Amino acid sequence: MSAMEEISRPQPRFGIQWRSLGNMRELGLVLIILALCVVMSFASPYFLTWTNFRAMLLSFSIEGIVVVGMTVLLIVGAIDLSVGSVVCFSMVVGGFFFLAGLDPWSASLLAIAACAAIGVLMALCVTRIGLHSFIVSLAFMVIVRGLCLAITGGTPLSLFSLPASFKFIGQGTVYGIPVVIIIFAVVVAIFDFLLRKATVFRKVFYTGSNEKAAEYSGIRTNRVKFFCIVLCSTLAGVAGVIYMARFGAATPTFGLGMELNIIAAAVIGGASLKGGSGTILGAILGMALLSVVSSSLILLDVSPYWQDTIRGLILLAAVSFDHVLHNRKKAGAPRPAGQ
Amino acid sequence: MSQSLALEARNISKAFGPVQALSDVTFGLRKGEVHALVGENGAGKSTLMNIIDGILKPDAGEILIDGEKADIVSPEKAQRLGIGFVHQEIALCPDISVAENISMAATNRRRAFLMNYAETRARAEAALNDLGVVDPHARTGDLSISEQQIVEIAKALTLDCSILILDEPTAALTEREAVKLFDIMARLKQRGISIIYISHRMAEIFAHCDRITVLRDGRHVCTKDVAETDPEDIVRRMVGRHLGDLYPPKNAASATAGDLLAVENLSDGERFADVSFALRQGEILGIAGLIGAGRTEIALGLCGLRPTVSGKVRLDGEDITPQTYSQSIAAGVVYLSEDRKGAGVFVDLPIAANVSALAIEQVSRKPGLVSRSREQAQAARLGAALKLKCGSLDDAVSTLSGGNQQKVALAKLLSVGPKVIVLDEPTRGVDVGAKAEIHRILRDLASRGTGIIVISSELPELIGLCDRAIVVREGRIAGEVTGDDMNEEEIIRLASGVGQKNGRGA
Repeated sequence: MSAMEEISRPQPRFGIQWRSLGNMRELGLVLIILALCVVMSFASPYFLTWTNFRAMLLSFSIEGIVVVGMTVLLIVGAIDLSVGSVVCFSMVVGGFFFLAGLDPWSASLLAIAACAAIGVLMALCVTRIGLHSFIVSLAFMVIVRGLCLAITGGTPLSLFSLPASFKFIGQGTVYGIPVVIIIFAVVVAIFDFLLRKATVFRKVFYTGSNEKAAEYSGIRTNRVKFFCIVLCSTLAGVAGVIYMARFGAATPTFGLGMELNIIAAAVIGGASLKGGSGTILGAILGMALLSVVSSSLILLDVSPYWQDTIRGLILLAAVSFDHVLHNRKKAGAPRPAGQ
Repeated sequence: MSQSLALEARNISKAFGPVQALSDVTFGLRKGEVHALVGENGAGKSTLMNIIDGILKPDAGEILIDGEKADIVSPEKAQRLGIGFVHQEIALCPDISVAENISMAATNRRRAFLMNYAETRARAEAALNDLGVVDPHARTGDLSISEQQIVEIAKALTLDCSILILDEPTAALTEREAVKLFDIMARLKQRGISIIYISHRMAEIFAHCDRITVLRDGRHVCTKDVAETDPEDIVRRMVGRHLGDLYPPKNAASATAGDLLAVENLSDGERFADVSFALRQGEILGIAGLIGAGRTEIALGLCGLRPTVSGKVRLDGEDITPQTYSQSIAAGVVYLSEDRKGAGVFVDLPIAANVSALAIEQVSRKPGLVSRSREQAQAARLGAALKLKCGSLDDAVSTLSGGNQQKVALAKLLSVGPKVIVLDEPTRGVDVGAKAEIHRILRDLASRGTGIIVISSELPELIGLCDRAIVVREGRIAGEVTGDDMNEEEIIRLASGVGQKNGRGA
């Protein structure tokens, strides 16, 4: 094998990374968000205040934890429509055990474990039976929502008796910064790093990019998918516990429609529904864009009846813009010869 | 030359990037003749046919139909001009009925709002009438390959075509089915239909065609009446050089070497049974057989990519029969898929990430983090050894040519330092230059002690490259060929199961 050892010096290349296409996209998103902020700062004096900024961050911090899981899932080529229900399930289960006399920390752990178990069930349906994650998670969205209603009897659980030490997670601040935002930042930093560096997550990219080729590289693609589905449900469980601490209540209808917001954020941020691409940073920026738009619409006193329509149109515009940009870049690449 | 030509292609040129696929090719098809078009893979046959069918646009030249200049901009236009194309790969919708498949184009043109199933059925029955027994109501996916081919031909005929292009129609057929097809061709000819017949099989061509055109490296070599020539002459013109120059020298010493890999009575209970063969030290072993004979399945089975029910795989005498592909990789046996884009490489991912995919742990540091510098170094090292031509190792594989994509796939396999490499159609869709380079690389690896098994449908490649070949027929080993026995005739005989007298048991 000495011919194979003829080492040509590796050419170091800086700047362009594994996610070189993603970097472009993220820059574009940052510019859109900044432009919107500039416009809004003229339109409403209240927009550029720390209070408003903090409110926006708070509004998407907890959802942002779920977005991380969803992005990983989209990269592997799957999707999870049940996240809204699972977030709610986590609150309800946590609240139920707390009211049953358990300390809130153990109750929270049980709640997260229950959500992970839901993930395991979905993952089994996908990897063992071979169903598509879309239909599995659609079924579980309804099943889990039903469980929430059944456990609570349809009425919100009042958890005002939660100890202050637990409520601190959702309501406290450290040096004026809400704990929720700190948790969110830590989760994002960890997963952004892992997604770029860890071998486990590299296998996620391989599987999502071309499942057959991944199998033919000895990767157990079903295991990878299993892992991603359970990860997403578990993170939804974590988010649910934080919501419980924040609101001091568990409402069985909480999180209705949350999945759409979360999937939209990940897709705006560059995750492909076909799998194989996506970044945590992009997804969080997508979330930030949606949040800025929502905040703007409220500050501009747009009728709530029209807000959803406008949000939808902006989502469509952002994704189309990105798609056009992305395809133009691709067209520049030389086509392989043959045929 | 101008004597009632149904179709004439004049001075056609076409380039794909740096590769000149066709240069100044002129081709005439007389009315009512069966005209064979031959040439090695990559000679430009498919490119020429795709231009005639409007799939590709020529860079230069023109096409005349019935003496009139025709501007064929799309396959639909070609259909309207009476050109029917039966592709080598079957392109039918498997989930709908035969009748609906046959009527697809007519349905597309139909202005009415509702389907007319009676008409659809009638048209299908009329088209199938001449061709043999295929049930128009059957679900197309349930038919055998040869029946599907008949459906393809029927589909082309319903378009009132006067010119029919058949691209290697017998490649997937058994002997008996092929006879049926020639029967159909003769009848079509009587109806005045002109046929362009692409094939590698000399015997068929000389038995059923009127004229032969040879293409080589994108150029027109000659057009001859069948009566004026013989198979040896045509093959010589196709190859245009001695086979010895095309392929690296063989390793005669391997004939007496010991076994490196031994497959014993391997069965999957479905597509292949009781398969036994051995790969010797320093040898390139070929696996020949018709498409669908089970060659790929055997390769998948021995690598653990397809479950087997019985049998053993031994490497250096040690039982390594893998249950999963990762076990096989760990033991040192790796597989290169025939479907490069579908299963060989990750086209959207960077080159370096492709090369590292087989054993990502090799370029990772302790807690499971990928080291960018190690990954780049690995890709640079293997890329240089294989003379990979690329811009940056961060570029997506989709930016490379077919030959270089294949080198990336090879580099991926070499990254684990394998003992045995099983390659399924390693040079499919790569240009002539890269093909020779891949052959050299394989011979080089073999001479350094890596066992090489090559599956190829291209007999000249198999014969030129391999030291020895086994022939698979209907999931079983039909025989083994070496030395002078390793020729097209002998291999086709074993593969199709005609006359067992000289066949050597494996």
